[in-house]
Amino acid sequence: MVGWIILGVLVVIVLWLIAVFNSLISLKNQVLNGWKQIDVQLKRRYDLIPNLVETVKGIMKFEQETLTRVIEARNKAISAQGIADKAVQENILTGALRQLFALVENYPNLKSNENVSKLQEELVSTENRIGFARQFYNDIATKFNIAQQTFPTNMIAGMFGFKQSELFEVAEAEKAAPKVDLNINK
Amino acid sequence: MNIYEQIAGNRRATWIIVSIFILFFLFAGLGFDVYYGAGVPVFTIIALLIGGISGYCSYHYGDKLILSSTHARPLDLNDPKQKQWQNVVEEMSIASGIPLPKTYIIDDPDPNAFATGRNPEHSSIVVTRGLLDTLNRDELQAVASHEMSHIRNFDIRLMLLIAVLVGSVALIADWARRGLFYRSERRSSRRGEGGGGAALIILAIWLITVILAPILSQIMAMFVSRRREYLADASGAELTRNPLALASALEKISARVEPTRSINQGTAHLCICDPKGSKMGLKEGWSADLFATHPPINKRIEALKHMAYVK
Repeated sequence: MVGWIILGVLVVIVLWLIAVFNSLISLKNQVLNGWKQIDVQLKRRYDLIPNLVETVKGIMKFEQETLTRVIEARNKAISAQGIADKAVQENILTGALRQLFALVENYPNLKSNENVSKLQEELVSTENRIGFARQFYNDIATKFNIAQQTFPTNMIAGMFGFKQSELFEVAEAEKAAPKVDLNINK
Repeated sequence: MNIYEQIAGNRRATWIIVSIFILFFLFAGLGFDVYYGAGVPVFTIIALLIGGISGYCSYHYGDKLILSSTHARPLDLNDPKQKQWQNVVEEMSIASGIPLPKTYIIDDPDPNAFATGRNPEHSSIVVTRGLLDTLNRDELQAVASHEMSHIRNFDIRLMLLIAVLVGSVALIADWARRGLFYRSERRSSRRGEGGGGAALIILAIWLITVILAPILSQIMAMFVSRRREYLADASGAELTRNPLALASALEKISARVEPTRSINQGTAHLCICDPKGSKMGLKEGWSADLFATHPPINKRIEALKHMAYVK
């Protein structure tokens, strides 16, 4: 009788271990996927920029400096290594793009150009996607981290060597944001 | 209430509602069988079959039925405004972490939108031309986030089942009423039945239930639908982190009083705003509350502004 009870308890414990372990693995993969999603959207932005510059180049002859800065920022962002550096470079790129769009406002024939407004919409959307992908990543990473820290999941997480996920620090990036004219209306 | 509690709550509600409907179908059918006194419970079987088949079909094909009944067609991505809508839906799909729903448009000047489907993997978001023309980008994003929340919370499945089950209850009740009066005419012309008081009371209860069922099931559908709206507003705002955009979208939508013609009563509870026009949406009080598919729009806007600490 006692043997059966012990066996029953053991079975329950093992089942519980399996369930907790699986939920941690599932969270970990969601976190990884969330991180990949950010990269996908960043790539989308890198691909859009040359198109945009190519389209406005002819008309914006006198804004060569701005255009060069956008291209430079893009190339630096692509080659940036590490999360912190990447965040800084991405923010410089965002600033440069905003400045470019502020200048577009001065060229009526650019503003009414269908291709330009299409690209503008795509870039606005991409900026949003990057933001939302980061937001989603932070949410899911926070959930993963909380699961690893709370009792009793923390024992299992420790046993199998799960690691805390790094969060995307907005405050860090904000400090490095360049001073640009932000008065543009989408 | 977090998202998992919402989903669990919805799953519970789905089961409760399906059980209530099964009980009703059983009750309506059994009453008929007892009344007619045939050896085999033919009517019970027929009633359960109607309920079962319509439930099954609504689960698998209900969304397609709704899409075709509203004349929804896929977006034309060469149109800048439709492309923008597609973009905000994709943004919300990233923010919520669920698969991208199919997107459709209805050529209707009245601004409205709804979501349908059975789960996030099989879902669609429909928007009217009027909504795209009326709202700016941020407001469109807010509407997309509201619809995305309906999908993520499995509201769409619950609503789909309710819509079809309410329809079949009406069908069976109607069918039962006709049969009953036909039968009682014949019966009274024959001879006084010696059933006794108890049988008469049971018959009366059955009769009342069958007659009231369509109204009661309507009220229940409305009740469920209204509760979901506040939740979808709240979790939509959680996705965009911009409750004021949804508030201003609702203000703009409610300012347009014309009814959305292409959306009929059966689909009303799926929409972001009551397609019947603004009359119900602005009224407050008990009777309006009971029959409206949506909470008063003022209350929703107030709740959203509260979230943004504007008040």
